[in-house]
Amino acid sequence: MIVCCVAALAPITWTASSSLKSAAELTLVPPTLLPHAPTLSNYDVLLFKRPFLRYCLNSFVIATMTSLVCVAAACLAAHRLARMRGNVRSIARLGLLVVAFFPPIVFIFPLYELIRAAGLVNHPWGLILPYSALNLPFAIWLLTGSFQQIPYELEEAASIDGLSRFQTFRKIVLPLVTPALITAGILVFVSSWNEFMLALTFMNVESEKTVTLGVATLSGAFAEEIPYGQIAAGVIASSIPLIALVLIFQRRIIAGLTAGAVK
Amino acid sequence: MKKPRPIILDLFWFVPAGALLAIFVVYPVIRTIGLSFFHKSLATGFVSEFAGLANFVRALTDSRFIASLWITFLFTAISVALEFGLGLLLAISTESIRKAQGIVRVILLIPWTLPTAVIAVLWAWMLNDQYGGVNAVLLRLGVIDSGVTWLGKPATAMIAIAFADVWKTTPFVFLILLAGLQNIPRELYDAIEIDGGGTWAKLRYVTWPHLLPFTFVALIFRIVQAFAVFDLVWVMTGGGPGGSTETVSIYTYRTYMRYLDFGYGAALAITTVVVLGIIAAVLYRAVVAKYEKAF
Repeated sequence: MIVCCVAALAPITWTASSSLKSAAELTLVPPTLLPHAPTLSNYDVLLFKRPFLRYCLNSFVIATMTSLVCVAAACLAAHRLARMRGNVRSIARLGLLVVAFFPPIVFIFPLYELIRAAGLVNHPWGLILPYSALNLPFAIWLLTGSFQQIPYELEEAASIDGLSRFQTFRKIVLPLVTPALITAGILVFVSSWNEFMLALTFMNVESEKTVTLGVATLSGAFAEEIPYGQIAAGVIASSIPLIALVLIFQRRIIAGLTAGAVK
Repeated sequence: MKKPRPIILDLFWFVPAGALLAIFVVYPVIRTIGLSFFHKSLATGFVSEFAGLANFVRALTDSRFIASLWITFLFTAISVALEFGLGLLLAISTESIRKAQGIVRVILLIPWTLPTAVIAVLWAWMLNDQYGGVNAVLLRLGVIDSGVTWLGKPATAMIAIAFADVWKTTPFVFLILLAGLQNIPRELYDAIEIDGGGTWAKLRYVTWPHLLPFTFVALIFRIVQAFAVFDLVWVMTGGGPGGSTETVSIYTYRTYMRYLDFGYGAALAITTVVVLGIIAAVLYRAVVAKYEKAF
Protein backbone atom coordinates (compact mmCIF):
# COMPACT_ATOMS: atom_id res chain seq x y z
CA MET A 1 0.00 0.00 0.00
CA ILE A 2 2.72 2.42 1.02
CA VAL A 3 4.81 1.19 -1.89
CA CYS A 4 1.97 2.00 -4.26
CA CYS A 5 1.53 5.51 -2.85
CA VAL A 6 5.25 6.14 -3.25
CA ALA A 7 5.13 4.68 -6.75
CA ALA A 8 2.22 6.96 -7.60
CA LEU A 9 4.02 10.10 -6.47
CA ALA A 10 7.66 9.40 -7.30
CA PRO A 11 7.53 10.18 -11.05
CA ILE A 12 5.68 13.42 -10.39
CA THR A 13 8.23 14.41 -7.74
CA TRP A 14 11.12 13.57 -10.06
CA THR A 15 9.62 15.68 -12.82
CA ALA A 16 8.94 18.54 -10.42
CA SER A 17 12.59 18.37 -9.35
CA SER A 18 13.70 18.32 -13.00
CA SER A 19 11.59 21.35 -13.75
CA LEU A 20 13.58 23.36 -11.19
CA LYS A 21 16.98 22.47 -12.64
CA SER A 22 18.99 24.53 -15.05
CA ALA A 23 19.67 23.18 -18.54
CA ALA A 24 23.25 22.37 -17.56
CA GLU A 25 22.24 20.42 -14.47
CA LEU A 26 19.53 18.50 -16.35
CA THR A 27 22.08 16.97 -18.66
CA LEU A 28 24.44 15.81 -15.92
CA VAL A 29 25.19 12.09 -16.01
CA PRO A 30 24.33 10.56 -13.60
CA PRO A 31 21.38 12.88 -12.88
CA THR A 32 21.14 14.62 -9.52
CA LEU A 33 18.13 13.77 -7.34
CA LEU A 34 17.41 17.28 -6.13
CA PRO A 35 18.33 20.48 -7.95
CA HIS A 36 21.60 21.91 -6.57
CA ALA A 37 20.69 25.40 -7.63
CA PRO A 38 16.90 25.54 -7.91
CA THR A 39 15.76 27.98 -10.57
CA LEU A 40 12.41 29.08 -11.88
CA SER A 41 13.80 29.92 -15.30
CA ASN A 42 12.02 26.99 -16.98
CA TYR A 43 8.69 28.26 -15.70
CA ASP A 44 9.62 31.77 -16.70
CA VAL A 45 10.23 30.70 -20.30
CA LEU A 46 7.16 28.46 -20.33
CA LEU A 47 4.75 31.06 -18.99
CA PHE A 48 6.05 34.20 -20.68
CA LYS A 49 7.89 33.16 -23.83
CA ARG A 50 5.61 30.34 -24.91
CA PRO A 51 1.81 30.43 -25.34
CA PHE A 52 1.35 28.25 -22.26
CA LEU A 53 -1.12 30.58 -20.54
CA ARG A 54 -3.06 30.76 -23.78
CA TYR A 55 -3.25 26.94 -23.82
CA CYS A 56 -4.57 27.00 -20.26
CA LEU A 57 -7.19 29.60 -21.09
CA ASN A 58 -8.32 27.58 -24.13
CA SER A 59 -8.58 24.42 -22.06
CA PHE A 60 -10.44 26.21 -19.30
CA VAL A 61 -13.00 27.72 -21.69
CA ILE A 62 -13.50 24.48 -23.59
CA ALA A 63 -13.76 22.24 -20.51
CA THR A 64 -16.10 24.63 -18.70
CA MET A 65 -18.43 25.10 -21.65
CA THR A 66 -18.42 21.36 -22.30
CA SER A 67 -19.48 20.56 -18.73
CA LEU A 68 -22.25 23.17 -18.88
CA VAL A 69 -23.64 22.05 -22.25
CA CYS A 70 -23.27 18.37 -21.47
CA VAL A 71 -24.78 18.46 -17.98
CA ALA A 72 -27.66 20.72 -19.09
CA ALA A 73 -28.62 18.40 -21.95
CA ALA A 74 -28.04 15.32 -19.81
CA CYS A 75 -30.19 16.43 -16.88
CA LEU A 76 -33.20 17.14 -19.10
CA ALA A 77 -32.97 13.74 -20.75
CA ALA A 78 -32.08 11.87 -17.55
CA HIS A 79 -35.03 13.38 -15.70
CA ARG A 80 -37.55 12.07 -18.24
CA LEU A 81 -35.68 8.80 -18.58
CA ALA A 82 -35.87 8.22 -14.83
CA ARG A 83 -39.67 8.54 -14.96
CA MET A 84 -40.15 6.15 -17.84
CA ARG A 85 -41.32 2.58 -17.70
CA GLY A 86 -38.66 0.10 -16.61
CA ASN A 87 -38.12 -1.64 -19.93
CA VAL A 88 -37.88 1.56 -21.99
CA ARG A 89 -35.35 2.84 -19.51
CA SER A 90 -33.27 -0.33 -19.60
CA ILE A 91 -33.14 -0.26 -23.39
CA ALA A 92 -32.11 3.41 -23.41
CA ARG A 93 -29.43 2.74 -20.79
CA LEU A 94 -28.12 -0.25 -22.68
CA GLY A 95 -27.92 1.88 -25.83
CA LEU A 96 -25.95 4.55 -23.95
CA LEU A 97 -23.58 1.92 -22.59
CA VAL A 98 -22.92 0.53 -26.06
CA VAL A 99 -22.25 4.04 -27.42
CA ALA A 100 -19.87 4.77 -24.54
CA PHE A 101 -17.89 1.64 -25.44
CA PHE A 102 -17.10 2.69 -29.01
CA PRO A 103 -13.41 3.56 -29.45
CA PRO A 104 -12.92 7.26 -30.36
CA ILE A 105 -11.12 6.29 -33.57
CA VAL A 106 -14.54 5.33 -35.03
CA PHE A 107 -15.78 8.92 -34.73
CA ILE A 108 -12.69 10.84 -35.66
CA PHE A 109 -12.91 11.15 -39.43
CA PRO A 110 -16.64 11.94 -39.81
CA LEU A 111 -16.28 14.40 -36.93
CA TYR A 112 -13.43 16.07 -38.75
CA GLU A 113 -15.58 16.33 -41.90
CA LEU A 114 -18.43 17.83 -39.85
CA ILE A 115 -16.26 20.32 -38.00
CA ARG A 116 -14.52 21.42 -41.17
CA ALA A 117 -17.82 21.78 -43.04
CA ALA A 118 -19.11 23.92 -40.17
CA GLY A 119 -15.97 26.08 -40.29
CA LEU A 120 -15.13 25.20 -36.68
CA VAL A 121 -11.55 24.00 -37.18
CA ASN A 122 -9.35 25.99 -34.77
CA HIS A 123 -12.44 27.24 -32.99
CA PRO A 124 -13.34 26.35 -29.36
CA TRP A 125 -16.84 25.22 -30.34
CA GLY A 126 -15.26 22.71 -32.69
CA LEU A 127 -14.21 20.81 -29.58
CA ILE A 128 -17.00 21.81 -27.17
CA LEU A 129 -19.80 20.25 -29.23
CA PRO A 130 -18.16 16.85 -29.91
CA TYR A 131 -16.86 16.65 -26.32
CA SER A 132 -20.36 17.36 -24.98
CA ALA A 133 -21.84 14.65 -27.17
CA LEU A 134 -19.16 12.07 -26.38
CA ASN A 135 -19.55 12.64 -22.63
CA LEU A 136 -23.36 12.58 -22.74
CA PRO A 137 -23.85 8.80 -22.36
CA PHE A 138 -21.84 8.82 -19.14
CA ALA A 139 -23.58 11.95 -17.79
CA ILE A 140 -27.08 10.66 -18.59
CA TRP A 141 -26.19 7.30 -17.09
CA LEU A 142 -24.99 8.89 -13.87
CA LEU A 143 -27.85 11.38 -13.52
CA THR A 144 -30.67 8.93 -14.29
CA GLY A 145 -29.60 7.03 -11.17
CA SER A 146 -29.89 10.17 -9.01
CA PHE A 147 -33.23 11.24 -10.45
CA GLN A 148 -34.67 7.80 -9.76
CA GLN A 149 -33.99 8.27 -6.07
CA ILE A 150 -36.34 11.24 -5.87
CA PRO A 151 -39.85 10.13 -4.87
CA TYR A 152 -42.40 10.64 -7.61
CA GLU A 153 -44.95 11.86 -5.03
CA LEU A 154 -42.89 15.01 -4.66
CA GLU A 155 -43.46 15.90 -8.30
CA GLU A 156 -47.13 14.99 -8.12
CA ALA A 157 -47.57 17.27 -5.14
CA ALA A 158 -45.90 20.12 -7.02
CA SER A 159 -48.09 19.64 -10.07
CA ILE A 160 -51.22 19.61 -7.90
CA ASP A 161 -49.98 22.90 -6.50
CA GLY A 162 -50.15 24.23 -10.04
CA LEU A 163 -46.49 24.12 -11.12
CA SER A 164 -45.86 23.20 -14.72
CA ARG A 165 -43.67 20.24 -15.41
CA PHE A 166 -40.67 22.40 -16.22
CA GLN A 167 -41.20 24.56 -13.14
CA THR A 168 -41.38 21.43 -11.01
CA PHE A 169 -38.17 20.25 -12.57
CA ARG A 170 -36.34 23.53 -12.09
CA LYS A 171 -37.56 24.47 -8.63
CA ILE A 172 -38.17 21.15 -6.89
CA VAL A 173 -36.19 18.37 -8.55
CA LEU A 174 -32.96 20.04 -9.71
CA PRO A 175 -31.98 21.43 -6.29
CA LEU A 176 -32.29 17.90 -4.89
CA VAL A 177 -29.81 16.45 -7.36
CA THR A 178 -27.26 19.28 -7.20
CA PRO A 179 -24.54 17.01 -5.76
CA ALA A 180 -24.92 14.62 -8.70
CA LEU A 181 -24.87 17.54 -11.16
CA ILE A 182 -21.61 18.77 -9.65
CA THR A 183 -20.10 15.27 -9.81
CA ALA A 184 -21.08 14.87 -13.45
CA GLY A 185 -19.81 18.38 -14.23
CA ILE A 186 -16.39 17.74 -12.67
CA LEU A 187 -15.91 14.40 -14.41
CA VAL A 188 -16.90 15.87 -17.78
CA PHE A 189 -14.54 18.81 -17.12
CA VAL A 190 -11.62 16.48 -16.37
CA SER A 191 -12.34 14.31 -19.38
CA SER A 192 -12.48 17.28 -21.79
CA TRP A 193 -9.38 18.84 -20.23
CA ASN A 194 -7.54 15.56 -20.82
CA GLU A 195 -8.75 14.70 -24.32
CA PHE A 196 -6.00 14.46 -26.90
CA MET A 197 -7.00 12.89 -30.23
CA LEU A 198 -9.71 15.37 -31.25
CA ALA A 199 -7.65 18.31 -30.05
CA LEU A 200 -4.70 17.05 -32.08
CA THR A 201 -6.88 16.80 -35.17
CA PHE A 202 -8.96 19.97 -34.92
CA MET A 203 -6.54 22.46 -33.37
CA ASN A 204 -3.52 23.03 -35.55
CA VAL A 205 -2.51 26.58 -34.68
CA GLU A 206 -0.56 27.38 -31.50
CA SER A 207 -3.05 29.96 -30.25
CA GLU A 208 -5.97 27.52 -30.19
CA LYS A 209 -4.25 24.46 -28.68
CA THR A 210 -5.48 23.01 -25.41
CA VAL A 211 -2.96 22.62 -22.61
CA THR A 212 -2.89 18.82 -22.95
CA LEU A 213 -2.07 19.10 -26.64
CA GLY A 214 0.33 21.98 -26.01
CA VAL A 215 2.41 20.09 -23.44
CA ALA A 216 2.41 16.90 -25.53
CA THR A 217 3.72 18.77 -28.56
CA LEU A 218 6.21 21.05 -26.76
CA SER A 219 9.22 19.02 -27.83
CA GLY A 220 8.17 19.11 -31.47
CA ALA A 221 8.18 22.89 -31.40
CA PHE A 222 11.98 23.02 -31.31
CA ALA A 223 14.23 22.15 -34.18
CA GLU A 224 17.52 21.58 -32.35
CA GLU A 225 17.75 20.62 -28.72
CA ILE A 226 14.79 19.22 -26.79
CA PRO A 227 14.04 21.60 -23.88
CA TYR A 228 13.68 18.98 -21.14
CA GLY A 229 13.40 21.58 -18.42
CA GLN A 230 10.50 23.35 -20.07
CA ILE A 231 8.77 20.07 -20.81
CA ALA A 232 9.06 19.05 -17.18
CA ALA A 233 7.78 22.47 -16.15
CA GLY A 234 4.90 22.09 -18.59
CA VAL A 235 3.94 18.72 -17.14
CA ILE A 236 3.92 20.14 -13.63
CA ALA A 237 2.18 23.42 -14.45
CA SER A 238 -0.57 21.69 -16.41
CA SER A 239 -1.07 19.15 -13.63
CA ILE A 240 -1.53 21.68 -10.85
CA PRO A 241 -5.15 22.64 -11.71
CA LEU A 242 -6.16 18.98 -11.88
CA ILE A 243 -4.41 18.07 -8.64
CA ALA A 244 -6.20 21.00 -6.99
CA LEU A 245 -9.50 19.71 -8.37
CA VAL A 246 -8.80 16.24 -6.97
CA LEU A 247 -7.95 17.61 -3.55
CA ILE A 248 -11.09 19.74 -3.38
CA PHE A 249 -13.61 17.34 -4.91
CA GLN A 250 -12.17 13.89 -4.18
CA ARG A 251 -15.34 12.57 -2.55
CA ARG A 252 -17.50 13.71 -5.46
CA ILE A 253 -15.10 12.27 -8.02
CA ILE A 254 -14.89 8.89 -6.32
CA ALA A 255 -18.68 8.75 -5.89
CA GLY A 256 -19.17 9.46 -9.59
CA LEU A 257 -16.54 7.00 -10.75
CA THR A 258 -17.82 4.10 -8.73
CA ALA A 259 -21.49 4.86 -9.47
CA GLY A 260 -20.77 5.13 -13.17
CA ALA A 261 -18.80 1.95 -13.37
CA VAL A 262 -20.72 -0.54 -11.29
CA LYS A 263 -24.41 0.18 -11.75
CA MET B 1 -56.87 13.45 -11.49
CA LYS B 2 -54.93 15.28 -14.19
CA LYS B 3 -55.37 14.04 -17.68
CA PRO B 4 -52.21 12.45 -19.17
CA ARG B 5 -50.09 14.74 -21.28
CA PRO B 6 -49.52 14.04 -24.93
CA ILE B 7 -46.36 12.01 -25.38
CA ILE B 8 -44.98 14.52 -27.88
CA LEU B 9 -44.40 17.05 -25.07
CA ASP B 10 -42.30 14.47 -23.29
CA LEU B 11 -40.03 14.18 -26.27
CA PHE B 12 -38.96 17.83 -26.01
CA TRP B 13 -36.91 16.91 -22.95
CA PHE B 14 -34.79 14.69 -25.14
CA VAL B 15 -34.18 17.21 -27.92
CA PRO B 16 -30.84 18.73 -26.75
CA ALA B 17 -29.27 15.42 -25.78
CA GLY B 18 -30.80 13.62 -28.73
CA ALA B 19 -29.56 16.21 -31.23
CA LEU B 20 -26.02 16.16 -29.84
CA LEU B 21 -25.89 12.38 -29.85
CA ALA B 22 -27.43 12.10 -33.31
CA ILE B 23 -25.03 14.58 -34.93
CA PHE B 24 -21.77 13.86 -33.13
CA VAL B 25 -22.07 10.19 -32.18
CA VAL B 26 -24.64 8.27 -34.23
CA TYR B 27 -24.03 10.01 -37.55
CA PRO B 28 -20.22 9.49 -37.39
CA VAL B 29 -20.71 5.78 -36.71
CA ILE B 30 -23.10 5.41 -39.67
CA ARG B 31 -20.84 7.52 -41.86
CA THR B 32 -17.82 5.36 -40.95
CA ILE B 33 -19.74 2.17 -41.72
CA GLY B 34 -20.86 3.63 -45.06
CA LEU B 35 -17.41 4.91 -45.95
CA SER B 36 -15.86 1.50 -45.30
CA PHE B 37 -17.64 0.13 -48.40
CA PHE B 38 -16.15 2.82 -50.65
CA HIS B 39 -12.78 3.69 -52.10
CA LYS B 40 -12.17 7.31 -51.18
CA SER B 41 -8.58 8.44 -51.03
CA LEU B 42 -5.89 10.59 -52.54
CA ALA B 43 -5.66 7.95 -55.31
CA THR B 44 -9.31 8.35 -56.30
CA GLY B 45 -9.05 12.14 -56.11
CA PHE B 46 -11.29 11.96 -53.01
CA VAL B 47 -14.20 10.79 -55.14
CA SER B 48 -16.20 7.94 -53.63
CA GLU B 49 -16.18 4.74 -55.67
CA PHE B 50 -18.15 1.74 -54.49
CA ALA B 51 -15.75 -0.93 -53.29
CA GLY B 52 -17.95 -3.65 -51.86
CA LEU B 53 -15.91 -5.61 -49.35
CA ALA B 54 -12.58 -4.77 -50.97
CA ASN B 55 -11.44 -2.61 -48.05
CA PHE B 56 -12.17 -5.39 -45.57
CA VAL B 57 -10.40 -7.99 -47.69
CA ARG B 58 -7.43 -5.65 -47.84
CA ALA B 59 -7.52 -5.17 -44.03
CA LEU B 60 -7.50 -8.90 -43.32
CA THR B 61 -4.55 -9.44 -45.65
CA ASP B 62 -2.65 -6.33 -44.52
CA SER B 63 0.24 -7.64 -42.43
CA ARG B 64 0.72 -4.19 -40.88
CA PHE B 65 -2.90 -4.19 -39.66
CA ILE B 66 -2.69 -7.77 -38.36
CA ALA B 67 0.52 -6.86 -36.54
CA SER B 68 -1.13 -3.78 -35.03
CA LEU B 69 -4.09 -5.90 -33.85
CA TRP B 70 -1.68 -8.29 -32.18
CA ILE B 71 0.26 -5.42 -30.57
CA THR B 72 -2.98 -3.88 -29.29
CA PHE B 73 -4.16 -7.23 -27.97
CA LEU B 74 -0.87 -7.77 -26.16
CA PHE B 75 -0.91 -4.27 -24.68
CA THR B 76 -4.51 -4.72 -23.50
CA ALA B 77 -3.87 -8.13 -21.94
CA ILE B 78 -0.71 -7.04 -20.11
CA SER B 79 -1.98 -3.73 -18.80
CA VAL B 80 -5.52 -4.80 -17.82
CA ALA B 81 -4.27 -7.97 -16.08
CA LEU B 82 -1.65 -6.01 -14.13
CA GLU B 83 -4.15 -3.28 -13.24
CA PHE B 84 -6.70 -5.71 -11.88
CA GLY B 85 -4.06 -7.77 -10.08
CA LEU B 86 -2.45 -4.75 -8.43
CA GLY B 87 -5.79 -3.05 -7.87
CA LEU B 88 -7.19 -6.10 -6.09
CA LEU B 89 -4.10 -6.47 -3.93
CA LEU B 90 -4.31 -2.81 -2.97
CA ALA B 91 -8.06 -2.88 -2.37
CA ILE B 92 -7.86 -5.92 -0.10
CA SER B 93 -4.95 -4.49 1.89
CA THR B 94 -6.60 -1.07 2.21
CA GLU B 95 -10.11 -2.25 3.00
CA SER B 96 -9.43 -3.20 6.59
CA ILE B 97 -7.60 0.04 7.41
CA ARG B 98 -10.37 2.62 7.53
CA LYS B 99 -8.19 5.49 8.72
CA ALA B 100 -5.68 5.33 5.91
CA GLN B 101 -8.27 4.95 3.16
CA GLY B 102 -8.96 8.65 2.71
CA ILE B 103 -5.35 9.67 2.16
CA VAL B 104 -4.54 6.61 0.01
CA ARG B 105 -7.48 7.36 -2.24
CA VAL B 106 -6.47 10.99 -2.74
CA ILE B 107 -2.86 10.11 -3.56
CA LEU B 108 -3.90 7.41 -5.99
CA LEU B 109 -6.47 9.63 -7.67
CA ILE B 110 -3.74 12.01 -8.83
CA PRO B 111 -2.21 9.78 -11.55
CA TRP B 112 -5.69 8.92 -12.76
CA THR B 113 -6.76 12.56 -13.14
CA LEU B 114 -3.74 13.76 -15.10
CA PRO B 115 -4.14 13.86 -18.88
CA THR B 116 -2.86 10.69 -20.54
CA ALA B 117 -0.90 12.70 -23.10
CA VAL B 118 0.85 14.63 -20.30
CA ILE B 119 1.57 11.38 -18.45
CA ALA B 120 3.11 10.10 -21.66
CA VAL B 121 5.44 13.13 -21.69
CA LEU B 122 6.24 12.54 -18.02
CA TRP B 123 7.14 8.89 -18.58
CA ALA B 124 9.09 9.61 -21.73
CA TRP B 125 11.19 11.94 -19.56
CA MET B 126 11.45 9.41 -16.72
CA LEU B 127 12.61 6.76 -19.20
CA ASN B 128 15.05 9.00 -21.06
CA ASP B 129 18.16 6.92 -21.65
CA GLN B 130 20.70 9.50 -20.47
CA TYR B 131 18.98 11.86 -18.05
CA GLY B 132 15.88 9.91 -16.96
CA GLY B 133 14.90 9.02 -13.41
CA VAL B 134 14.31 5.30 -14.02
CA ASN B 135 17.82 4.67 -15.30
CA ALA B 136 19.28 6.84 -12.54
CA VAL B 137 17.60 4.73 -9.86
CA LEU B 138 18.41 1.39 -11.52
CA LEU B 139 22.04 2.43 -12.00
CA ARG B 140 22.36 3.43 -8.38
CA LEU B 141 20.85 0.12 -7.27
CA GLY B 142 23.30 -1.67 -9.53
CA VAL B 143 20.57 -3.45 -11.51
CA ILE B 144 21.96 -2.21 -14.80
CA ASP B 145 25.48 -1.16 -15.82
CA SER B 146 24.60 1.47 -18.38
CA GLY B 147 21.48 3.44 -19.29
CA VAL B 148 18.77 1.48 -21.10
CA THR B 149 17.16 3.12 -24.12
CA TRP B 150 13.69 2.03 -23.00
CA LEU B 151 11.77 3.61 -25.83
CA GLY B 152 14.35 2.77 -28.47
CA LYS B 153 13.95 -1.02 -28.49
CA PRO B 154 10.78 -2.90 -29.49
CA ALA B 155 10.44 -5.12 -26.40
CA THR B 156 11.20 -2.47 -23.79
CA ALA B 157 9.13 0.20 -25.59
CA MET B 158 6.05 -2.01 -25.30
CA ILE B 159 6.75 -2.70 -21.62
CA ALA B 160 7.31 1.01 -21.00
CA ILE B 161 3.96 1.98 -22.53
CA ALA B 162 2.09 -0.76 -20.68
CA PHE B 163 3.84 0.33 -17.49
CA ALA B 164 2.76 3.96 -17.94
CA ASP B 165 -0.80 2.77 -18.51
CA VAL B 166 -0.72 0.64 -15.36
CA TRP B 167 0.62 3.61 -13.42
CA LYS B 168 -2.23 5.79 -14.58
CA THR B 169 -5.16 3.38 -14.43
CA THR B 170 -4.57 1.06 -11.45
CA PRO B 171 -6.07 3.75 -9.18
CA PHE B 172 -9.34 3.67 -11.11
CA VAL B 173 -9.53 -0.13 -10.88
CA PHE B 174 -8.59 0.07 -7.20
CA LEU B 175 -11.45 2.46 -6.44
CA ILE B 176 -13.98 0.25 -8.22
CA LEU B 177 -12.73 -2.89 -6.47
CA LEU B 178 -12.69 -1.14 -3.11
CA ALA B 179 -16.33 -0.09 -3.59
CA GLY B 180 -17.09 -3.69 -4.56
CA LEU B 181 -15.40 -5.09 -1.46
CA GLN B 182 -17.29 -2.71 0.79
CA ASN B 183 -20.51 -3.93 -0.77
CA ILE B 184 -20.02 -7.51 0.44
CA PRO B 185 -22.09 -8.30 3.56
CA ARG B 186 -19.92 -9.04 6.63
CA GLU B 187 -22.13 -11.99 7.60
CA LEU B 188 -20.88 -14.03 4.65
CA TYR B 189 -17.31 -13.89 5.98
CA ASP B 190 -18.56 -14.79 9.45
CA ALA B 191 -20.38 -17.79 8.00
CA ILE B 192 -17.17 -19.06 6.39
CA GLU B 193 -15.35 -18.62 9.70
CA ILE B 194 -17.99 -20.64 11.54
CA ASP B 195 -17.57 -23.37 8.95
CA GLY B 196 -13.85 -23.35 9.71
CA GLY B 197 -12.72 -21.79 6.43
CA GLY B 198 -9.56 -19.71 6.24
CA THR B 199 -8.51 -16.66 4.25
CA TRP B 200 -8.35 -18.59 1.00
CA ALA B 201 -11.89 -19.95 1.43
CA LYS B 202 -13.13 -16.41 2.07
CA LEU B 203 -11.47 -15.16 -1.09
CA ARG B 204 -12.64 -18.09 -3.15
CA TYR B 205 -16.26 -18.38 -2.00
CA VAL B 206 -17.22 -14.87 -0.90
CA THR B 207 -14.94 -12.16 -2.29
CA TRP B 208 -14.45 -13.53 -5.79
CA PRO B 209 -18.05 -14.45 -6.74
CA HIS B 210 -19.30 -11.13 -5.36
CA LEU B 211 -16.63 -8.98 -6.87
CA LEU B 212 -16.79 -10.45 -10.36
CA PRO B 213 -20.31 -9.39 -11.38
CA PHE B 214 -19.88 -6.10 -9.52
CA THR B 215 -16.79 -5.17 -11.47
CA PHE B 216 -17.63 -6.77 -14.78
CA VAL B 217 -18.70 -3.50 -16.40
CA ALA B 218 -15.52 -1.87 -15.15
CA LEU B 219 -13.45 -4.72 -16.58
CA ILE B 220 -15.08 -4.49 -20.01
CA PHE B 221 -14.73 -0.70 -19.87
CA ARG B 222 -11.01 -0.99 -19.17
CA ILE B 223 -10.51 -3.53 -21.95
CA VAL B 224 -12.28 -1.30 -24.45
CA GLN B 225 -10.28 1.72 -23.30
CA ALA B 226 -6.97 -0.13 -23.45
CA PHE B 227 -7.81 -1.49 -26.88
CA ALA B 228 -8.42 2.05 -28.11
CA VAL B 229 -5.08 3.29 -26.70
CA PHE B 230 -3.84 6.29 -28.63
CA ASP B 231 -2.46 9.20 -26.57
CA LEU B 232 0.18 7.20 -24.70
CA VAL B 233 1.61 5.59 -27.81
CA TRP B 234 1.36 8.67 -29.99
CA VAL B 235 3.34 10.78 -27.53
CA MET B 236 5.78 8.20 -26.13
CA THR B 237 6.88 6.36 -29.27
CA GLY B 238 4.63 7.43 -32.14
CA GLY B 239 4.22 3.69 -32.86
CA GLY B 240 7.94 3.08 -33.12
CA PRO B 241 10.59 1.86 -33.04
CA GLY B 242 10.00 0.26 -36.42
CA GLY B 243 6.22 0.00 -35.93
CA SER B 244 6.70 -2.27 -32.91
CA THR B 245 4.22 -0.31 -30.78
CA GLU B 246 1.81 0.73 -33.52
CA THR B 247 -1.65 -0.05 -32.14
CA VAL B 248 -4.80 -0.22 -34.27
CA SER B 249 -5.86 3.32 -33.31
CA ILE B 250 -2.48 4.71 -34.33
CA TYR B 251 -2.49 2.83 -37.65
CA THR B 252 -6.07 3.86 -38.40
CA TYR B 253 -5.31 7.48 -37.52
CA ARG B 254 -2.30 7.45 -39.86
CA THR B 255 -4.36 5.86 -42.63
CA TYR B 256 -6.88 8.68 -42.31
CA MET B 257 -4.74 11.70 -41.66
CA ARG B 258 -1.37 10.94 -43.25
CA TYR B 259 -2.10 8.49 -46.08
CA LEU B 260 -5.46 10.21 -46.68
CA ASP B 261 -7.09 6.85 -47.43
CA PHE B 262 -10.51 7.48 -45.91
CA GLY B 263 -12.35 4.40 -47.15
CA TYR B 264 -9.65 2.06 -45.91
CA GLY B 265 -9.32 3.96 -42.61
CA ALA B 266 -13.07 3.51 -42.05
CA ALA B 267 -12.78 -0.22 -42.76
CA LEU B 268 -9.93 -0.48 -40.22
CA ALA B 269 -12.03 1.35 -37.59
CA ILE B 270 -15.04 -0.90 -38.20
CA THR B 271 -12.92 -4.06 -38.12
CA THR B 272 -11.50 -2.92 -34.78
CA VAL B 273 -15.00 -2.45 -33.36
CA VAL B 274 -16.05 -5.91 -34.57
CA VAL B 275 -12.97 -7.51 -32.98
CA LEU B 276 -13.69 -5.65 -29.74
CA GLY B 277 -17.33 -6.76 -29.86
CA ILE B 278 -16.25 -10.38 -30.19
CA ILE B 279 -13.83 -10.07 -27.28
CA ALA B 280 -16.54 -8.49 -25.10
CA ALA B 281 -19.10 -11.16 -26.05
CA VAL B 282 -16.70 -14.02 -25.30
CA LEU B 283 -15.83 -12.49 -21.92
CA TYR B 284 -19.46 -11.86 -21.13
CA ARG B 285 -20.38 -15.45 -21.81
CA ALA B 286 -17.43 -16.79 -19.84
CA VAL B 287 -18.16 -14.63 -16.79
CA VAL B 288 -21.92 -15.14 -16.82
CA ALA B 289 -21.43 -18.91 -17.00
CA LYS B 290 -18.93 -18.85 -14.14
CA TYR B 291 -21.00 -16.48 -12.07
CA GLU B 292 -24.05 -18.73 -12.27
CA LYS B 293 -21.97 -21.74 -11.33
CA ALA B 294 -20.61 -20.00 -8.26
CA PHE B 295 -24.04 -19.85 -6.66
